[in-house]
Amino acid sequence: MSTKLYLGTRKGLIEAERSAAGWRITRNSFLGVQVPMLLPDARDGTLYAAVEHGHFGTKFHASHDAGANWEERACPAFPPKPEDAPKVLNMADQQPIPWDLKKIWALEAGAADGELWCGTLPGALFHSLDSGASWRLVESLWNDPGRAKWMGGGAEWPGIHTILVDPRNRHRLLIGVSCGGVWESTDNGATWRNIGEGIRAEFMPPDQAYDPGIQDPHRIAWSAADPDTIWMQHHNGIFHSTDGGQKWREITHANPSNFGFAVAMHPQDSQTAWFVPGIKDELRVPCDGALCVMRTRDGGQTFEPLRQGLPQEHAYHLVYRHCLDVTGDGRTLAFGSTTGSVWISENGGDSWERLSADLPPIYCVRFG
Amino acid sequence: MPTVHFTANLASQTSAPICQMDGATVREALNAVFTQHPTLRSYVLDDQGAVRQHVVVFVDGTAITDRQKQADAVKPNSEIFVMQALSGG
Repeated sequence: MSTKLYLGTRKGLIEAERSAAGWRITRNSFLGVQVPMLLPDARDGTLYAAVEHGHFGTKFHASHDAGANWEERACPAFPPKPEDAPKVLNMADQQPIPWDLKKIWALEAGAADGELWCGTLPGALFHSLDSGASWRLVESLWNDPGRAKWMGGGAEWPGIHTILVDPRNRHRLLIGVSCGGVWESTDNGATWRNIGEGIRAEFMPPDQAYDPGIQDPHRIAWSAADPDTIWMQHHNGIFHSTDGGQKWREITHANPSNFGFAVAMHPQDSQTAWFVPGIKDELRVPCDGALCVMRTRDGGQTFEPLRQGLPQEHAYHLVYRHCLDVTGDGRTLAFGSTTGSVWISENGGDSWERLSADLPPIYCVRFG
Repeated sequence: MPTVHFTANLASQTSAPICQMDGATVREALNAVFTQHPTLRSYVLDDQGAVRQHVVVFVDGTAITDRQKQADAVKPNSEIFVMQALSGG
């Protein structure tokens, strides 16, 4: 069982630890500075953090002692913009997409030792082969003509928020783009294909509703045991794939809601997944003021709201896409809200205990 | 030679001491600083070399006008201040 929990927040990186007495908050790093993304790298124990200064931009730090000491590494950066670079506009407002890092929004370990993938706002993918000592823009994706259809979803620019590395074939990647749909590479990022037949967008004119290149997958998760089984919490619904993301089925009977941002899958049981629902796009609060985590244990045939230990009246918690995590045994879960509460369950979501109600807005929750 | 000062908040994040650097423009003076303190560059300039949106550079009390290339002239006795803009707070 994991005994460390890392929280990226509006006011720094906050750590919690499990002891015999239970979970408690133990330390903060980068106090006062946003930490939108972090990665506890299970391969060598390095803890990586994206640190976003309001004035001075995003920086990238690493710790070899679980957050006690930090060193600054290179930050992903766009190369000089060529004078003849084609102008790519944000589809919705027709403003140029900047060649400038605004936010680190995804960070995952790659196949080789020290290999890292990083997704950003604006929507770009960066690749490191040396534990973040240097980064390279994945130009095959940045130069793909399909990027011209991408647009901001919740943020000003489109962004890459999910990177999945296939444990069976570690040269196969899936990425999620808001808004730009699902993209697959089978050659470690050399070439890309926009996939996602069956995903539906309510925010587009009807003739473009099923265009896979404009979809807003809020978050995508697959089970390490069966990466062909994938859940997507989308802007206007929940979608399920059993063929590795090629085709998707829309779920319309989730209980209590099809709306939300976060989704997590059981690492060993591909029939089990968790969501944190809200009412709907234009009403991003818990249904009936009662917070719940929603679980399916039968591959989406049925859903159950899990409420024990969660506030059931006058609750206004919203849980962002990176703020729900599950440990490798599928038993311990944690999630954090924009209103600064974090809950932990040690029984698969059946019951929850609040770690704190006094934290800054939570951006990222990961077990170490 | 011009003197370059950095806001105390920046100096608390990375090495950003007061420097006296040769340069006829703000860019030349800043580049000379960045040569000695390479990590500092990305705190002041964005990926394309423009002054970050929420950073302001003053030369002898006046905000520079060329935020893209920092071609504003400096005199040998100029005081350059790299400050955080209130817009970013």
